[in-house]
Amino acid sequence: MDISTFLVQCLNSIQYGLLLFLVASGLTLIFGIMGVINLAHGSFYMIGAYLAFSIAPFFGNHFIAMLLAGVALSALFGFFLEWIFFSYLYQRDHLQQVLMTYALILVFEELRSILVGNDVHGVKAPDWLSGGVSLGGIMTYPIYNLFASAACIVVAIGLYLVVNRTRLGMMIRAGASNRDMVRGLGINIRLLYRIVFAAGVALAALAGMIAAPMASVYPGMGGHVLIVCFVVVVIGGIGSISGALIASLLVGFVDTFGKVFFAQLSGIGIYVLMAIILIWRPEGLRSKGY
Amino acid sequence: MKYFSKPAITLSIAVAVATLSTTPLAVAQSQAPIKVGFMLPATGTFASLGNMIENGFKLYVNEQGGKLGGREIQYFKVDDESDPAKATDNVNKLIKRDQVDVLVGTVHSGVALAMAKVARETNTLLIVPNAGADVITGAMCAKNIFRTSFSNWQPAYAMGKVAAERGHKKAMTITWNYAAGTESVKGFAEAFEKGGGKVTQSLTLPFPNVEYQALLTEIASQKPDAVYAFFAGGGAVKFVKDYVAAGLNKTIPLYGPGFLTDGTLEAQGAAAQGMITTLHYADNLNTPRDNTFRLNFAKAYKTNADVYAVQGYDAAQLLASGLKAVNGDIGKRDQLVQAMRSTTVDSPRGKFTLSPAHNPIQDIYLREVKGNNNEVKGVAMKALADPARGCKQL
Repeated sequence: MDISTFLVQCLNSIQYGLLLFLVASGLTLIFGIMGVINLAHGSFYMIGAYLAFSIAPFFGNHFIAMLLAGVALSALFGFFLEWIFFSYLYQRDHLQQVLMTYALILVFEELRSILVGNDVHGVKAPDWLSGGVSLGGIMTYPIYNLFASAACIVVAIGLYLVVNRTRLGMMIRAGASNRDMVRGLGINIRLLYRIVFAAGVALAALAGMIAAPMASVYPGMGGHVLIVCFVVVVIGGIGSISGALIASLLVGFVDTFGKVFFAQLSGIGIYVLMAIILIWRPEGLRSKGY
Repeated sequence: MKYFSKPAITLSIAVAVATLSTTPLAVAQSQAPIKVGFMLPATGTFASLGNMIENGFKLYVNEQGGKLGGREIQYFKVDDESDPAKATDNVNKLIKRDQVDVLVGTVHSGVALAMAKVARETNTLLIVPNAGADVITGAMCAKNIFRTSFSNWQPAYAMGKVAAERGHKKAMTITWNYAAGTESVKGFAEAFEKGGGKVTQSLTLPFPNVEYQALLTEIASQKPDAVYAFFAGGGAVKFVKDYVAAGLNKTIPLYGPGFLTDGTLEAQGAAAQGMITTLHYADNLNTPRDNTFRLNFAKAYKTNADVYAVQGYDAAQLLASGLKAVNGDIGKRDQLVQAMRSTTVDSPRGKFTLSPAHNPIQDIYLREVKGNNNEVKGVAMKALADPARGCKQL
């Protein structure tokens, strides 16, 4: 493998890793702060992708506007979902959470089947993002993939600033480390939870919307991404956003290069990675613990 | 009493009694519907394929007035989710719970293998309307297992021959790492290397993963003369689009079995134009048989028929030929199987017979994508029979 091929493969790895991070960061927020094992998180990714498929025709070339509208809609959806379902889950044990959120997967899949059917769809990238650039003379790299990476980086930086530089972020970090202390300080934990949950849903849906023009939109797409995201969250350390970022990129690299060099074993690469990291650090790379 | 010997009288009485006693039974039997169990994907990347197969099957039954061999048909359905892990449970639902007379399924080769295994153990009649896993009519062949589609080897082998004839020397292959994919790639390599070419690298990714970018980068850096790809359904849509988006189609021709462009052209749009594939069916065969079929299909379901619809339609035709021979008495298994085995199916793809291993002996067409059609360019290989490696039983 020459150097320019290697660099393009790195770009592929980063792009995949960043997309994973968007989904996984929401999962780690919900998991780390509220202690809810949310199996339905992959469904939010799927909902995002189908949302993009449904509303893209109304926005045409205003792709950014579509993303913002989609984020607003899915955050609103998450807000009410927390109100109606998840707020009753916090005091339950993990088994009940798993059962409940698994049931939600089935409900979401069925609703999707009723509303948009079981067909596979493609979403067209807007004109200003179609086409490609020549990279190192090897191949044409789709501009949309570059845009997706850039969008993920913008969101990641925004997330970093919110979590580390704002009062809300301080409460979130405190909530991840010591929930009882936060409650004891008189912070409105219900509202905090609702906001965090809505943000988590919006992040997953945003990832789905960004992924839609790159990956086809198909039933059951949430299940695949969910498993990989749990791997990311476990490697990164539960509740840690920076851990999730490092883990996502690691998984992206292992998956991408595994596919190229160990084609027959490519399905297990990330699980081997997880095993090695957990032997070395049982709590994950950046565990905050709680 | 001169003209009637004693045995003759006894015989005629016996015949009369037998006729009287069996007639009501025969009537009762012709009233009980034949139970057909569909095990097809209703969700996931193959959902639309399963739908086409079911519609094709029902179209033929409806054309016969809802009856095959004089008996009504009753349908039972299970969504196989294209998940081999759930296959045995799902097929048992149809066999044990619904007690179907005949199983029809499925698309995913791994699931079909599990179905074939259960069908062998329980001696249930099975008609495979798509899954191409070679072993179904190879090492696992059985008297009660039929296929109306193809073996993965068939279109792949034909494509390998065509690619070699086009003067390509160095090819790469790419597919999902599951039975259908690996077998297809193997069939291609067999003919391609026989024709003087060489497959330099075989890329795979887990089913139903669609993150192709890394593998496309690998193809771009290796610069082979040609690429052979096996994908179907949603995965095929994305692969062909990604291949073009990476600009690879300009320098490295992309070949595949017809599944790469069948039932997916609308979604692939401009990306698929001009692509060459091989399959046992094409869009403008323009034979009276095919035209009638397509017209009826379009009228009934408001959409154009494709290869999956044809395979489902032929599954019903094959079952009908067997039921006709036994007058609807599906219990007469040996006669039924014999009739199905020796029939000539008047398929929209062109007439075909079955090999001793119960796989179609059929023409493989060379097709080119034009607009929303896979137009026929000629016959890549005539009356191609699967080698049925490992089949001992038949």
